Amino acid sequence: MALTGLEIFKHLPKTNCGECGFPTCLAFAMQLAAKKAALDKCPYVSDEAKSALDAAAAPPIRLITVGVKKPFQTGNETVMFRHEETFHRPTGIAVTVSDAAPEDEIAARAGRIAGLSFERVGMQIGVNLTAVRNDSGDPAKFAAAVKKVMEVSQLPIVLTAGDPAAMERALEVCKEDKPLIHGATAATLDAMCALAKASSCPLTVSGGSLDDLAALARDAAAKGVQDVVLDPGPRGMNELLRDVTQSRRLALKKNYRPLGYPFIITAAESDPVMEMVEVGVFIAKYGGIVVTNAIEKWQMLPLLTLRQNVFTDPRKPIMVEPKLNKVGEPGRDAPVLVTTNFSLTYFVVEGEVEASKVPSYLISVDTEGLSVLTAWAAEKFTPESIKKALESSGVSDLVDHKKFVIPGYVAVMSGELEEETGREVLVGPREASGISTYLKTVWKA
Amino acid sequence: MAVEPVRDKWKNPITEVTIGALKEEGGTRASVVRIGGETTMPFLHDDGGMPHEPVVAMEVWDIEPTEMADELRKYYSDVYTDPAAWAKKCVEQYGAAMICLRLMGTHPDWGDRDAAHARGAVRKVLDAVGVPLIILGCGQAEKDNAVLPQVSQEAKGERCLIGDITEGNSKTIVASAIADGHNVICEAPLDINIAKQVCILATDMGIGLDRLVAFHTNGGLGYGLEYAYSIMERSRLAGLGGDKMLATPIIAVMSTETWRCKEAKAPESEFPHWGDTSRRGIAWEALGATTYLLGGTDVLVMWHPEAVKTAKAFIEKMMKK
Ligand code: B12
Ligand code: SF4
Repeated sequence: MALTGLEIFKHLPKTNCGECGFPTCLAFAMQLAAKKAALDKCPYVSDEAKSALDAAAAPPIRLITVGVKKPFQTGNETVMFRHEETFHRPTGIAVTVSDAAPEDEIAARAGRIAGLSFERVGMQIGVNLTAVRNDSGDPAKFAAAVKKVMEVSQLPIVLTAGDPAAMERALEVCKEDKPLIHGATAATLDAMCALAKASSCPLTVSGGSLDDLAALARDAAAKGVQDVVLDPGPRGMNELLRDVTQSRRLALKKNYRPLGYPFIITAAESDPVMEMVEVGVFIAKYGGIVVTNAIEKWQMLPLLTLRQNVFTDPRKPIMVEPKLNKVGEPGRDAPVLVTTNFSLTYFVVEGEVEASKVPSYLISVDTEGLSVLTAWAAEKFTPESIKKALESSGVSDLVDHKKFVIPGYVAVMSGELEEETGREVLVGPREASGISTYLKTVWKA
Repeated sequence: MAVEPVRDKWKNPITEVTIGALKEEGGTRASVVRIGGETTMPFLHDDGGMPHEPVVAMEVWDIEPTEMADELRKYYSDVYTDPAAWAKKCVEQYGAAMICLRLMGTHPDWGDRDAAHARGAVRKVLDAVGVPLIILGCGQAEKDNAVLPQVSQEAKGERCLIGDITEGNSKTIVASAIADGHNVICEAPLDINIAKQVCILATDMGIGLDRLVAFHTNGGLGYGLEYAYSIMERSRLAGLGGDKMLATPIIAVMSTETWRCKEAKAPESEFPHWGDTSRRGIAWEALGATTYLLGGTDVLVMWHPEAVKTAKAFIEKMMKK
């Protein structure tokens, strides 16, 4: 938990010399607590005080970065349930590539993984990492596979190998891009920690139980490896859920440092739909990185959509800018449609207008990011707000007609809307899926 | 040194609701479904108990669904003009634990059929299958108040789960449920205070708290799932924490809500980068369903047989201690 000013003050020299730029140590302590000043501003802090302050002030779950070109971050989570505040960093999805496959297959698969990215509700959602597996057990083949993957993909890499010699060869090829070393067990901890320190890459530790993981993480820290990721190893989904929940509770409620790290989970279900569902469990519940063999688009689109949902900040709805939007190249007779500036609503409607191939003007009315019926119920999508949006859009100068189409769900306000705007109000279909036929058959300028 | 686990200790179990009545209980069901009774958040068996596993009901309509997605039509076009055949197929071939009969045909915009038609559909399904029945009105308050009391009488003694009642419309339906011995679905628009209010309205009329199931008007995956998921978690935490009116089991509708989503049904020819159409629809329904289970759902209403298979297998795996 973050320290209070007073708790920090206890560790300062209390000489009020002012060199830190603050008149007194207490004032400096207050700024430190508010994260508005850095500890190194005071040249007289003792080493013990420094390590005590660093440890106590460190977030309960360490932030880990994998990769440099397209860095992926996980950690610094603060709550058990998203509704308590928000979940901060979307679960990383890593798709596997085996070094035992022929080189051209390795390249093809790595390319496919890099292509697993979609645009949804105006945002890019994609797979984050490539997990190269040392299935061959041959260090040279492992390094060659990593090299081949890097030729076709920019995604950060998870190096999955139990043999430190294989890991060393692979690191020679890719350590500049800070891959995740996956990883150490009790038996290989020394060797893997040495590699992690030499390459300053994050390291996973894997053990049979939370006790094992805690012990390994503590030992790694003692060897100078701070960037640790916990790997609970192969277990049933129910056991994995128990362990990731338990260690999130320990980190957040008890500030239990040895488990204060993100988790990497390797999905083991084989049925393609269940394989996808398993990844989904750890998107919803505390997975830092989930490794999977699933590579089909029909598996990834739902997973990435789930992640988009779970990691949406409940405190702020995703909005688009309220303005006049052109879909296609609308002319003087083009239809004018109004909708709300809730991203989901806007992009669902824009997609259907596009699909109709009828160039149109689409006005996103400012409803503070609420959907049609929600905004109507909250009195944000009203004749007044629609009139204001129409006028500020300047659409009257762009079209010869004085008509506009409203969502079918708010047909009830069409009369009042006509009085308010002095324009002809056309009631469109309730669902956006009806817009295409509506624009092609019903709309007349 | 051993890690000292942090346990959540809850003092108020979620209410247990029984759906369906055997012959000796005044009904004609061959099986009965019990839900609820949890003393832990979902599947965390070290914190407390889950005496009943979540169950999967399958949706049947009283009329042929005109706009059913092609991927579903493949499984149901041979039966969906007859609710009895449709229900039998769901139970016998796909293992539905309950049938959810939605009386869409009574909706003013869907043919406005009368209560007699609705009674006929309910009778057909009751006679065709032995599993308990969930009966949903068309969602239009006036029409539901005209139809559901009749349907409630038709199924008198069968201890169905009938819905939905809402903040603005509960009296008529709750009265019928009390008279004919049914359970009731309390609907709220993703609002925990309204959810509580609807349960209070129902219990004030004299129906037992152990005959209420909450429905939070969940959307499908990608269409407001996070709102429903968080309302489920919040209400389940409050219920376990002692708020009796939020300690009801939860029902989630994956059928209609999934198959109105574009990504669940749009053809790969139109969206090649979305991948195989049929598998994508199954994945969309299955992933939405399993996520809601993690949020606290006790009854899933589903449509695609393959998504049902995955949901049931998931429940089995997650219920292992
Ligand atoms: C998610 C949600 C919320 C979220 C808000 C999410 C958001 N950012 O809008 C939260 C939880 C905040 C919320 C709050 C409320 N909600 Co609400 N909410 C929903 C829910 C579940 C989904 C809404 C949604 O996201 N729809 C998806 C978008 C894409 O739909 P849409 O904007 O309507 O757009 C569609 C169509 O309108 C059409 N369309 C859109 N634009 C256009 C334009 C043209 C020209 C055309 C032709 C078509 C068209 O295309 C789209 C796709 O078909 C619905 C119920 C449901 N399951 O749908 C209830 C619902 C909309 N909410 C409702 C209510 C009552 C409320 C509250 C008033 C509840 C309360 N009493 O507090 C509050 C109001 C907010 C407030 N601050 O006071 C009711 C509205 C009932 C009514 N008749 O007014 C609903 C229908 C639930 C219910 N069944 O009662 N809500
Ligand atoms: S520099 Fe250090 S000792 Fe001097 S006033 Fe600031 S905090 Fe105190």
